[in-house]
Amino acid sequence: MSILVIAEHDGKQLKPGTTNTVTAAAKIGGDITVLVAGQQCADAAQTAAKIAGIKKVLLADAPQYAGGVAENIAALVLTIASQYTHILAPATGFGKNFMPRVAAALDVQQISEISAVVSADTFVRPIYAGNALATVQSADKVKVITVRATGFDAAAEDGSAAVENLAAGPDTGLAKFNGQELSKSDRPELTAARIIVSGGRGMGSGENFKILEALADKLGAAVGASRAAVDSGFVPNDYQVGQTGKIVAPELYIAVGISGAIQHLAGMKDSKVIIAINKDPEAPIFAVADYWLEEDLFKAVPELTQELG
Amino acid sequence: MKVLVTVKRVIDPYVKVRVKSDGTGVETANVKMAMNPFCEIAIEQAVRMKEAGVVTEIVAVSIGAPQCQETLRTAMAMGADRGILVETGTADMQPLAVAKLVKAIIDKEQPKLVIMGKQAIDDDANQTGQMVSALLGWPQSAFTSGITVNGDTADVTREIDGGLEKLTIKLPAVITTDLRLNEPRYVTLPNIMKAKKKPLETLKPEALGVDVTPRLKTLKVEEPPKRSAGVKVADVKELVAKLKNEARVI
Repeated sequence: MSILVIAEHDGKQLKPGTTNTVTAAAKIGGDITVLVAGQQCADAAQTAAKIAGIKKVLLADAPQYAGGVAENIAALVLTIASQYTHILAPATGFGKNFMPRVAAALDVQQISEISAVVSADTFVRPIYAGNALATVQSADKVKVITVRATGFDAAAEDGSAAVENLAAGPDTGLAKFNGQELSKSDRPELTAARIIVSGGRGMGSGENFKILEALADKLGAAVGASRAAVDSGFVPNDYQVGQTGKIVAPELYIAVGISGAIQHLAGMKDSKVIIAINKDPEAPIFAVADYWLEEDLFKAVPELTQELG
Repeated sequence: MKVLVTVKRVIDPYVKVRVKSDGTGVETANVKMAMNPFCEIAIEQAVRMKEAGVVTEIVAVSIGAPQCQETLRTAMAMGADRGILVETGTADMQPLAVAKLVKAIIDKEQPKLVIMGKQAIDDDANQTGQMVSALLGWPQSAFTSGITVNGDTADVTREIDGGLEKLTIKLPAVITTDLRLNEPRYVTLPNIMKAKKKPLETLKPEALGVDVTPRLKTLKVEEPPKRSAGVKVADVKELVAKLKNEARVI
């Protein structure tokens, strides 16, 4: 078997999720090739070459891959797809965007967000916001798969694979990339953080998130939010943890003023340790929490920050 | 311009799903059903664009059991002009087959814009919109939180993991909706009554020449492992002590 893993990167570094996807590929078994496509991304290819267990890195460096435009990335993957039995990408905003295009063009039913590999054609994936786990077997000749990072450990980065240049694919000209507005933060990314402090509707306002940020900074944590907090306009959507946001599994997840709707639990219930702080004794979040404190968050959070000092 | 919007009938998002004891799927009998929330956002977007004079006609499409007619009536009560139901015999409709059916209808209807939900909250696949776009060779804007049509192009804002992304896409195109695109309206009784009179066409997949045979076989469906019950702590001091000495995470 030969497996293609499409790396997600920022031009220099790999984004979290790529090395976990390589681990999923290793569980399938076979030669693993990592594709790094982008504009001025040779550094990212060098980083990818260090992933343990891979055979080689393909580097496609061309202007049409700036921003990871789905139409062009899919077209590039299709130029080499016939060489592989499995095509994998992380189930992130990047992977989810272009992979179904690859699958449709190959007349393949994609297998989304696998959380475990059973065999080369059988995989486990969560459905209904993680309230059920489906084991599915693919009859397609090529398996097109997106990988939920929290289901797999990150691969080690002590290898030294060769980097080969890959000729750029066509510029489809269908979409023009006009830039990104990235949330600026010195805190770790949600999907890579060891500790996450998340706020919900109970925070009351975006201004009140400052007390969570103070706690997060004390812990070196990322700040997240429930969909209710995003819908209420407290914080931007990229903070969202849940079925329709990011799926996280940190060492420690601190849920503050979050009731624990099904769709939020879907995004964080695989965290190692969960703390819930909520003044409502009936909050469903307590059912998944390892430790829960029934207290007004505006009293408890500053006190916790203080106590950790 | 004509817009085509797809709507999926799913288990109501506020219902707790139960896995069937025989492990073949989740219980759907006698369970409250609703329109997939992202499809509601898709319809709302089309209706707002019609109210703004950008769109002239909204065609709502659903694929599945005969009961999907109810979902189409809801779409029409929100403001869609007519409905098309592709009635399928199998309950196991997978995204690739759905995408092929939607493409076949697009070939007939020739809309300039297709708006779809970014994901259905039942199978959480997040594929169909991108697949439709690829099958047509059209551009896509997945996870869209803003759209402005300028003649033969559209400026779109997309939700990405680290923030927002701006694209200009050529039309016709497929866009899939993210949460913040809009807040769907509630349907009113007079509009529900009006929707009953709107045209609703029913088709079979064979009539569209599409093979809907599932490619993925579901071997089993099971409940995820449960977390063991937690411990209530009395105050912040006890919480910190537990984290340091018991959980050892800080």
